[in-house]
Amino acid sequence: MTHFEEPILKVRELSKKFGDGCDSCNSLIEGSLDRNYCPVCGTIHACQKISFDLYRGEILGIVGESGSGKSTLVRCLYFDQEATAGNAYIKDYSDGQENIFSVTSQKKRYIRDHIFGMVYQNPYLSLKMRFTSLSNVAEKLIAAGNRNVGKMLDRGHQLFDHVNLEGFRRKDAPATFSGGMQQRVQIAKALSNNPPILLLDEVTTGLDLSVQANVLDLIKELQRELEISMIVVSHDLSVIRMLADRTIVMLNGKVIEHGLTDQILEDPQHPYTQQLVHSLL
Amino acid sequence: MNYEYNFGFFDEGSKREIRRTILKAIAIPGYQVPFASREMPIARGWGTGGLQITLSLAGKGDVLKVIDQGSDESVNAVNIKKLVNKTTGILETIDTEAATLIQSRHRIPEKYLKNGQILVLQVPMPEPLRRVESSEYKTKRLHADAEYSGAWLMLFEQIVKYGSMTTGAAHPVFVHDRYVMAPSPIPKYDNPKMNHSEALILLGAGREKKIYAVPPYTKVVSLAFEDHPFEVENVEGRKCHLCGATGIFFDELEDDETGEVYYQCNDSSYCLSRLNSDKEVQ
Amino acid sequence: MAYVAVKGGTIAIEESIKRLKYERLKKRGILDVKNIEAGMRGLIDQVMSESSMYCEELAALAIKHAEGSPEEAVFLLRAFRSTLPRKHYSKVVNSEDMRIERRISASFKNIPGGQILGAAYDYTHRLIDFSLVNDHQSIAAEMQWLDNYLTDYQPQEEAVVLRMPKVLDYLRNQGLMINYEENNEEPKDITKESLKFPTVRSERLQILTRGQTGAVTALGYASLRGFGSVHPTVGELRIGQLPIFISNPLASETNEDDDFYIGEIKVTEVETIISTSVKKGRSKTELKFDIGYGICYGQNETKAVAMSILDRCLETKDDAPTHDEEFVLYHIDSVEATGFISHLKLPHYVTFQSKLDSVRKTQKEAK
Repeated sequence: MTHFEEPILKVRELSKKFGDGCDSCNSLIEGSLDRNYCPVCGTIHACQKISFDLYRGEILGIVGESGSGKSTLVRCLYFDQEATAGNAYIKDYSDGQENIFSVTSQKKRYIRDHIFGMVYQNPYLSLKMRFTSLSNVAEKLIAAGNRNVGKMLDRGHQLFDHVNLEGFRRKDAPATFSGGMQQRVQIAKALSNNPPILLLDEVTTGLDLSVQANVLDLIKELQRELEISMIVVSHDLSVIRMLADRTIVMLNGKVIEHGLTDQILEDPQHPYTQQLVHSLL
Repeated sequence: MNYEYNFGFFDEGSKREIRRTILKAIAIPGYQVPFASREMPIARGWGTGGLQITLSLAGKGDVLKVIDQGSDESVNAVNIKKLVNKTTGILETIDTEAATLIQSRHRIPEKYLKNGQILVLQVPMPEPLRRVESSEYKTKRLHADAEYSGAWLMLFEQIVKYGSMTTGAAHPVFVHDRYVMAPSPIPKYDNPKMNHSEALILLGAGREKKIYAVPPYTKVVSLAFEDHPFEVENVEGRKCHLCGATGIFFDELEDDETGEVYYQCNDSSYCLSRLNSDKEVQ
Repeated sequence: MAYVAVKGGTIAIEESIKRLKYERLKKRGILDVKNIEAGMRGLIDQVMSESSMYCEELAALAIKHAEGSPEEAVFLLRAFRSTLPRKHYSKVVNSEDMRIERRISASFKNIPGGQILGAAYDYTHRLIDFSLVNDHQSIAAEMQWLDNYLTDYQPQEEAVVLRMPKVLDYLRNQGLMINYEENNEEPKDITKESLKFPTVRSERLQILTRGQTGAVTALGYASLRGFGSVHPTVGELRIGQLPIFISNPLASETNEDDDFYIGEIKVTEVETIISTSVKKGRSKTELKFDIGYGICYGQNETKAVAMSILDRCLETKDDAPTHDEEFVLYHIDSVEATGFISHLKLPHYVTFQSKLDSVRKTQKEAK
């Protein structure tokens, strides 16, 4: 894929550490792929100077084992966690001029409500489990300033049609739903304000195989229909193979390889990636 | 062992501290100012927030009226009046117009309040977002960011479930286009009285340790949707069986013998004043 | 006739207050405050602790006024406390200076200074002593017993005055305790400033120490049972008198020799030990001991131990409710909890009328 236009999201040297860090941190972590924690002070360097671009309409995969920092990465973008250092620019927000990590908390809420949609592995993180499904979708619409119940209900039904949530369950609370259905509500909620970028964090992990395939099909379909950009985080290369145009491979908080997904799957360069690809039957 | 209480029960230092909190509340309409709420001789939840405001503001020339759920004579109103009287000796009244300080639980008097009067409302739950967010730490941040989707979401959920907004008392209001505020559990019928009120309205939550204010002539709008406007309780076709008033907030009563439902002014001093003026005419 | 329905509350209230007085007097006996002070040590200690006001005489008076209801007595004292200007803050008290009356450890049999059982119900059978029914008739014999006791034990009293080393210092010196830097920050005064979350430890300890005995015990117990992750060993429980000093208010410079001694207070202090894992690098962890701290006015042992559990809970992250500071700190205060629960007895005619209106409306719409 060739890109003539500017990226919709630019991430530059994003770092996130858990702990205060010490003088030895840099020398012991930098250049080491064996660990992401400092043996002296115990600080975990979850993400280290991660840079990448995301283009309009593409799906970017981020793959790595648990603890590689891939979830932390998207959570920093969605402001669930505060990035320790680095910048990120969004084309659709102040024309990519402002570093989104240094804007006020009010503006961060605006970005969360208008620019990003987020789907977590654990639906409890984004859904109000005891509110009706329609209210869950409306929450984002209300946050974006909608004050018309009829219009919001229409939008809710339209989204649920999209994600195939049966009509008679729409006034039920997600707490009464199966895992697959909860993911559908989450996706509908994430899409409610037509965000240009959708973040998906291990969204099929823990679901039955048939349900997994179902949800993956839905994501693929939505992407084709809405031409939305996506970042798909997964430990599962088969998910990445099915969805992602380009892929980033992470290990212990660092990017070790990136490129077109097909290329990475057919001709992995890094020994870790090779090992990962070989284990994919 | 003998002990004399200070004027207004508190020591002067405490009263000054509460007055400072009130000034801050007036400066930021609708914002809940935390304060070190004192333990009072009446129980938490029985109006200690309002009482602390009243005691710290009362001067020798003030005239106090206390209402509980519309009545000047209800147990709690009497109790509060007795306490203020015991510790200040200031004049009491049931006449809304004669009062300079009106402490009230859950009602704004029917008679229009005037410039120079202060209405003190007792508040059990000052946080309008508490039902969607149980953590105080988080609701404080939501107020800071003016992120009020939660308040509208509660109303939206009611509409999805029941077809209309089902808040009883304490329907949230938007103050000065900035803060969403719990108006204390006044009936919806009283909400519009807060908008551009001539009188200063102070709200005190003793147990939750917050004081907030609606200064005179402040914009107060009840939360609603474009296609689901704010509606007050239905009082149509009702009439006070004593004074004949209509279009006000009523108590609903039932005749012991016939089981027939009849209505009576909830604001008892309003009713009395109507009855008395009737007599004068006769 | 028409006026009756509108008025009438005042008279009913006066009658209710009369009835209350009748209940106090109807058995034709009047308690002497002195008797309460002499015979209700447990209740006085509990009431002083929950009202965070140390005065046995006032506590006894409040108990009399409240007919023995601790909830009411605490309420009275807290309200009274609100009228007192805060003129001084006491100097830092070091609990090693305690004049010890009881001191035990559940972690070591032999502790430096020895275990001192003192006065405690722990070693008694809870069989009602029916001889107490008539002991006021043999008051001379009882007083004789008291005099004998005092003569027998007089010489040893001096020995008890000794300062005792802290049991936990033994573990500290061996490097088994997690080391904390001394925190000399001025403590916040929760009675002058309302809580803001996250709180600081001085605020947490103040709320815990004046918490309702039952509530603190219940939450500490909940943590032990599994709704929390703290299960401690009592390193040391000590009860005794602590001297209280204030700086000379007239002196411009603080000079310890100028300090005023204003009296002593009896406290229960508990230090519990909790083993906890400390991360060393990514995969290595080692075990160390951490401390839970409890202290309250008077002899309130269960509460002090429970407080030490909750103190540690609030210092440690966990999903359980006993580790949630808003959950614990907002709900254990006697005056706040009993007040809000009891306000449900107040008339809610207006609010209920509003609810009625909503219910009727939705029923109409459903049809």
